[in-house]
Amino acid sequence: MANKSGSVRTPLRRALGRIPLHVILILICVAWITPSAGLLVSSFRPKNMIATNGWWEAFKTPFSFTLENYAYVLTRGNMGRSFVNSLLIAVPSTLMPIFIGACAAYAFAWMRFPFRKTLYLMIIALLVVPLQMTMIPILRLFNKVGLTGSFVGIWLAHTAYGLPFAIYLLRNFIAQLPRSLIESAQIDGASHPTIFLKLVLPTSIPAIASLAIFQFMWVWNDLLIALIYLGGTPDVAPMTVTISNMVNSYGGGWEYLTAAAFISMVLPLIVFFALQKYFVKGVLAGSVKE
Amino acid sequence: MAWGKYKARQKNMHTNYIMVAIAALAVIPIFLWAYLMITEQIATHTSRKTAGVLRPWFWILPAVSLLIIFLVYPVINTIVLSFMDARSEHFVGLRNYKYIFSDSGMLVVLRNNLLWLVFFTAACLVLGLLIAVLSDRVKYESVAKTCIFLPMAISFVAAGVIWRFMYEFRPAGTPQIGTVNAILTAIFPNFEPKAWLFNRSTNNAALIVVGIWMWTGFAMVILSAGLKGISEDILEAARIDGASEIAIFFRIILPLMMPTITVVATTLIINVLKVFDIVYVMTNGNLGTEVIANRMYKEMFNFRNYGRASAIATLLLVAIIPVMIMNLKRFNTEESNG
Repeated sequence: MANKSGSVRTPLRRALGRIPLHVILILICVAWITPSAGLLVSSFRPKNMIATNGWWEAFKTPFSFTLENYAYVLTRGNMGRSFVNSLLIAVPSTLMPIFIGACAAYAFAWMRFPFRKTLYLMIIALLVVPLQMTMIPILRLFNKVGLTGSFVGIWLAHTAYGLPFAIYLLRNFIAQLPRSLIESAQIDGASHPTIFLKLVLPTSIPAIASLAIFQFMWVWNDLLIALIYLGGTPDVAPMTVTISNMVNSYGGGWEYLTAAAFISMVLPLIVFFALQKYFVKGVLAGSVKE
Repeated sequence: MAWGKYKARQKNMHTNYIMVAIAALAVIPIFLWAYLMITEQIATHTSRKTAGVLRPWFWILPAVSLLIIFLVYPVINTIVLSFMDARSEHFVGLRNYKYIFSDSGMLVVLRNNLLWLVFFTAACLVLGLLIAVLSDRVKYESVAKTCIFLPMAISFVAAGVIWRFMYEFRPAGTPQIGTVNAILTAIFPNFEPKAWLFNRSTNNAALIVVGIWMWTGFAMVILSAGLKGISEDILEAARIDGASEIAIFFRIILPLMMPTITVVATTLIINVLKVFDIVYVMTNGNLGTEVIANRMYKEMFNFRNYGRASAIATLLLVAIIPVMIMNLKRFNTEESNG
């Protein structure tokens, strides 16, 4: 009898002992989600309600939600154009460092040449150089050749800034491909471009995917580079710049700010949920070798 | 009429941009493909030996030239400019550096960066490790981790908006629309609502919290990967020997994870030294919240003092050099081991 109740109690006691674990973890998760949830809910609330009571009141009847905030920022608040600008900036700025970096990574991994290691060490050193060190000379250069405020200028800048990490990540991956694979292709008479395009690039897709997501998110979410090289022109401003201008001019215009902020989050969130695995891999590769 | 023309011009510009982008998307791969083919042709038309010497340089040339133009040359140039005056016309010796370390405004900036460095890094590490360890023991691990990691996908600008809304202040007695003040007044009836971002005693902490909210997910992901790397046998053996979970954590898990923790800490430090967006969007560095990167931006655009701006940037570089050396050493040992 006593034995029986003991055997019932032990799992129960263990489960009870685990309650603090669940409480702490769930509290942390709720705390982490609440700020974003508040933003999302608020962006659908009418102007007068956002300003007078908390966003959690939205769940009390009568419900009152609206799409007006989104309609306003997309049509009159410049967010529609900024969304297109963000895309126009981010897509080429993601593809260019991948192509150029992959070529260099292939050479560093599978070709022998003098100063190979020294050059590669320099690229490792460039990984952590603060971009602030480059802004004044590059801005002057852009002013001289008329690239300030143009997409071409910011593409080149993002490409160069993304290259050290692209080369580092892709070289680590490409160098781990089996030697026999490359050598047998060479014996079959395949040239380096053929090996690179037909063999190395297709097998590197997982690494390229991680890199692409990482670089895309970085460029999409960047504020500083866009502020400096694009100047204040609304024609070319990406969403980050437009929103930070809205913060300064609207101050407490929460109905517009929340909608604008959420529009800027939609694409990264889709990418994040659809490709979380690759994103996490990119983050891991950025700090520890796999 | 003029308005119509303006609209037409605007529309025209917009289509131009889209054309440029499509052109870039098509041209870049074609251009690179052509580059590879042409250089290979050049290489094969020379002797075998020359080809072997030339080919690698053809392959790294696009990357290396971009890196030299956009990173190497500017870094050297900025160091030179940091010893020159506001308009880069006269050599002024160490004057800009003296200014950095003596101006009262700059001292506040340095103090703030130190606050960020200590509290942001420590909090991200502790919380990241805590969440990694806790979520390792539950069935909903991936959901929990997604919650924490989510802010990594958001821009600092959007996070700035989110948290300005969280910190929104309404005078006591009126309904609070900011979550932070609402929760605190609900729990503690005597709590006086605070303007977190405007109060000099709380604004730096309020900004650092935003940084922690965004970066804890990063620390957690990497620490969690490190945690999974610890063999279950060691932990099981300790449990059989009767070690408590807390003892296991401090005696076994923590020492084994030290290398991972170091890596995470250095990455956090590199990023926190350069923190810019959060401060720019939330307070623009007013009321004693300015940090190095914001000050550099102001010296560059508002005060047009390129000498001081360069000196501030160089200070950032100097702060990061130890990390750079660590990375190089780590790479060297990895290469000789692998």
